[in-house]
Amino acid sequence: MSSAAAISVRGLRKAYDGREAVRGIDFDVLAGEVFGLLGPNGAGKTTTVEILEGYRERDGGDVRVLGVDPWGSDRRHRERIGVVLQQSELPPSLSVREVHLMFAGYYAEPRDVDEVLELVGLAEKASERVKTLSGGQKRRLDLGIALVGDPELVFLDEPTTGFDPAARRTAWELVRSLRSLGKTILLTTHYLDEAQQLADRVAVIREGSLVRIGTPAELIGAAPQVEIRYRDDGREVVVATAEPTRVLADLTARAVAEGRELEGLEVRRPTLEDVYLELVDGDES
Amino acid sequence: MRAEADTAAPRRAPAREEGTTRSLALFLHELRMQQLMFWRNRESAVFVFIFPPMLFLLLGAVYDGTIDGVPAADRLLVGMIGYGCANTAFGGLAITMVIRREGGILKRLRATPLPAATYLAAVLVSTLFVFVLQMLVTVLLGIFLYDARGAESWPAVIPVVLLGGVAFAGLGFGAASLIRSAEGSSAVINLVILPMAFLSGSFGPTRSYPEVLQKIADVLPLTYLIDLLQAAYLHGRGLTHDLTAVGVLLAWGIAGYVVAAKRFGWQPRER
Repeated sequence: MSSAAAISVRGLRKAYDGREAVRGIDFDVLAGEVFGLLGPNGAGKTTTVEILEGYRERDGGDVRVLGVDPWGSDRRHRERIGVVLQQSELPPSLSVREVHLMFAGYYAEPRDVDEVLELVGLAEKASERVKTLSGGQKRRLDLGIALVGDPELVFLDEPTTGFDPAARRTAWELVRSLRSLGKTILLTTHYLDEAQQLADRVAVIREGSLVRIGTPAELIGAAPQVEIRYRDDGREVVVATAEPTRVLADLTARAVAEGRELEGLEVRRPTLEDVYLELVDGDES
Repeated sequence: MRAEADTAAPRRAPAREEGTTRSLALFLHELRMQQLMFWRNRESAVFVFIFPPMLFLLLGAVYDGTIDGVPAADRLLVGMIGYGCANTAFGGLAITMVIRREGGILKRLRATPLPAATYLAAVLVSTLFVFVLQMLVTVLLGIFLYDARGAESWPAVIPVVLLGGVAFAGLGFGAASLIRSAEGSSAVINLVILPMAFLSGSFGPTRSYPEVLQKIADVLPLTYLIDLLQAAYLHGRGLTHDLTAVGVLLAWGIAGYVVAAKRFGWQPRER
């Protein structure tokens, strides 16, 4: 395919027993970008990803992954993709290195196993059995075997679930380094800071429909309000304003004049999380 | 086995270097991995591989004299090879496949370039290998400890063993397609295997059984495998000697593969 889209989705539909899980969504993932798919549980995120991975057949619409229909795709197509599933066990009695060798053997041109172990930070655990690994280490193993085939496109379904904060930072670095290698990455996550940190563009799905798509900055930019918080006599005060400079000047001038301290004063731009929460449960709060 | 997936999209002709050589390399790689996983896993090594020879040691110490007109040790040895076949190719394979499916290993494998058929073929051949090795261990134990005799004719025994292995593996794949949960799989399998082995004469003579039980035994695949093994091992008669038994065994095996082809899934059922 000469097009720059690594993934193209048009009018995608999927129903289970008459219940529509995905109701006609469109988006493109460009070659070389990190694309984040966000949405609450049951929004149709995993259904969408599993259709793109080739696990599920769609009911309607058109889907191309690296120029190929993923449903019924052949061995050559699967040489080019890497997959991290949300939940998958690996042979518990094999060592980390053996599992990598096992998966490397499935690909015509695999990466060097030791290099991959180094990349995902499992070099020191190489001879440990899978069953002795912690949750975070198992996730890194999932990541390692997704990379061992040297794919062009990587699907990461909630890749850092169960990681401690330090491990998450390491994983983020890893995703960034994959991106700098020119890999295309489709990431689903329920950590919004993760999407904000990693994704070039984000799509928010709600009840099977795409409600917003854009760069994290665009999504946040669409909500111009800035929040100013402080405590007044122990009571939390929140002011949402489009003119933070003026409001803040008024507030502080008054406080200085009265010789009072604005306790817990905080000025914050909405995060992607705020925007996201507004999008996915608009009717609440 | 996802046949619909294979026909849904036009297949591209594989590149030259991805032809038979690559397919064979993939098969051998997967076969090695299957063997590594089997022997590493203590449960499978003990319950699948060691259990039948161990049972043979116990029963061999109990029985004396003759069974059905042949020395007890010889008759038990043949019965235990049959039981080992059911235990390894049917039971062990079914439980392993259910555990791998429910754990998501099979689903993960489907996203790799390893073809489904190559994977299943490697599972089958690996299982046959384990069964044949187990048979040899049982035979050696019989010869050295219980004065049992070696096979009358190995060229007659080997085709019987392979037919039995392939047929029971078919039943194993079929059963794996029907069992829904990993937790219950070994209970369900043993509920089938132990009564079948008992009725088919793996553990001793069946002549004194009530007629009803003998009638049930008459339709069980293990009865016919043991008949064929007995004819081949003790009397050197090949497969062609008892085509009815071959037919019954094949019919059971084919039924298993047909159920598997229709119902086998790669994704966890429980989630």
